[in-house]
Amino acid sequence: MTDPTPDAPRTTSRSVGGDLVFRATVTAAAAIVPLLMAALFIQLALGAWPTIKEFGLRFLYTSTWDPVAEIYGAAPMILGTLVSSIVALLIAIPLSLGVAIFLTEFAPQRLRGPIATMVELLAAIPSVVYGLWGIFVLIPVLRTLVVPVLSAVLGWTPFFSGNFQGNSMLAAGIILSIMILPYISSVAREVIRAVPDSQREAALALGATRWEAVWSAVLPYCSGGILGAIVLGLGRALGETMAVTMVIGNRHDIGVSLLEPGYSMAAAIANEFAEAASTLHLSALAEIGLVLFVITVLVNSFARLLVWRVTRKFGAT
Amino acid sequence: MNSQETPAILDTESVAVSVDQYSFWYGDNLALSDVDLNIPSKQVTAFIGPSGCGKSTLLRSVNRMNDLIPGNRYAGDIAVGTQSVFSPKLDTTDLRRRIGMVFQQPNPFPKTIFDNVAYGPRLNGLCSPSEMVGRVERALRQAALWDEVKDRLDTFGTELSGGQQQRLCIARALANEPEILLLDEPCSALDPIATQRIEELLVQLKSTYTIVIVTHNLQQAARIADKTAFFYLGKLIEYDSSEVIFTSPLREDTEAYITGRFG
Ligand SMILES: Nc1ncnc2c1ncn2[C@@H]1O[C@H](COP(=O)(O)OP(=O)(O)OP(=O)(O)O)[C@@H](O)[C@H]1O
Ligand SMILES: [Mg+2]
Repeated sequence: MTDPTPDAPRTTSRSVGGDLVFRATVTAAAAIVPLLMAALFIQLALGAWPTIKEFGLRFLYTSTWDPVAEIYGAAPMILGTLVSSIVALLIAIPLSLGVAIFLTEFAPQRLRGPIATMVELLAAIPSVVYGLWGIFVLIPVLRTLVVPVLSAVLGWTPFFSGNFQGNSMLAAGIILSIMILPYISSVAREVIRAVPDSQREAALALGATRWEAVWSAVLPYCSGGILGAIVLGLGRALGETMAVTMVIGNRHDIGVSLLEPGYSMAAAIANEFAEAASTLHLSALAEIGLVLFVITVLVNSFARLLVWRVTRKFGAT
Repeated sequence: MNSQETPAILDTESVAVSVDQYSFWYGDNLALSDVDLNIPSKQVTAFIGPSGCGKSTLLRSVNRMNDLIPGNRYAGDIAVGTQSVFSPKLDTTDLRRRIGMVFQQPNPFPKTIFDNVAYGPRLNGLCSPSEMVGRVERALRQAALWDEVKDRLDTFGTELSGGQQQRLCIARALANEPEILLLDEPCSALDPIATQRIEELLVQLKSTYTIVIVTHNLQQAARIADKTAFFYLGKLIEYDSSEVIFTSPLREDTEAYITGRFG
């Protein structure tokens, strides 16, 4: 790659001096971010050190969480975070891609802006409001309308067996899906809009319908970026705290059924941090934070990489 | 009045596309006005004229690609065979299947060479999967690309050179076995050798296809086109056999354009 701002030709001392100061300032500002990330990581790792030393990898796969006996295993929270996020993705992917495709390819020009803005406003609603909505609207609706049908149709699978207890993995997954929808759909919209019209025209000129052109030419062209949008949504779901804490049930146990309550990493930290008295309990929460931090950083970097690769491809053509 | 074909020519040729008093607007901007023209079947017809005179607009009107442009408006009619392309009964996807189009910029899909060529037949259910291999090979041979890619049909079409990509796009259009082939400056990105191959190809193909080609290369039009239409500022100025257009045009503007004394 060539440097887009070669500075060799600038020779007057004034501009060189100005450049240096400016460059030093912005470099310092930019350097703060990775430094903060590193500091956060080190802080968490130091805080988590007692439990890392005490339990080693067992912390990640055992499920006893007993502050009295000072035994800590975080498997239910780790699993709960992953399962609720995956449920959220399963619901949010078709919805948000549908929204993105509708807005870029099919909606009348006049409607595109308003609808897109409305969808993006979903991201502006505070998390705690989603939580309240979950308690007062979603859970009653699930109880009276949705779960009876789910139990009747899918009750034979372990995932929908047992009694619905209101606060549950299912409720958390659904709330999360609505919360990540604007993120996935807005990135997907950018990515789809960046597909050159010549690709659409190629498909249409061969006899494709509008929908076939989207499905067989536009989406494959930007599949990497779409995947990036989805992974970005996943990263968002993994770390969401407040709304999930309010509806997931906060139970230290591994249950297979989505109708049962569960726990998540973020919820555990939020719930227990104020009450944690012993060093080891605090350390266990710090280690959960560390695990969450590492997972979300990895997931988000992966997503950015995917989106970046796609947008760079468009830049070249 | 714009130049018309003599009735004698009309009698001996069947008409593939007839354009009747056709005008087209991009919003308020008139791009074509009152064009009358009959494109003979199984011949090569060239559209020439300075940039912005409406050649692409007319070409894209024939297979209704201009539908996609917001604020487009037209008047008059275009018929393929005997059917108006604007008839509400007409199925545009079927029309576009029957009319192949090759764009000015090569636009292969980021799929394998094979899948690029097989795209149309698969989409339109034109042949069984077992016949697909033969069909793809035939299209690639017709487009004079087979020998260069036969050993790497599973590499991406987007990895070919510009000229190969353009021939891939021609093969992709041919695999649909259209009746009419519309080419918008297909050689503008090609070197002389690739250009020559495509010209030979078009001359061969005209026994089976009706071909319309937009070109800025006047020698090319003179070499391969049976008939040539000269457009200027959205109007069809003169339309006649290429021989007449390039040796003894009737209109001053045409003469000025082909002799390079324009403007
Ligand atoms: N999508 C569009 N929106 C608005 N105006 C357009 C559009 N496409 C073409 N035009 C206008 O219509 C006129 C005819 O354009 P057209 O592309 O048909 O010209 P052309 O003869 O193909 O030119 P060239 O040889 O440069 O390809 C031009 O004035 C152009 O500015
Ligand atoms: Mg053009």
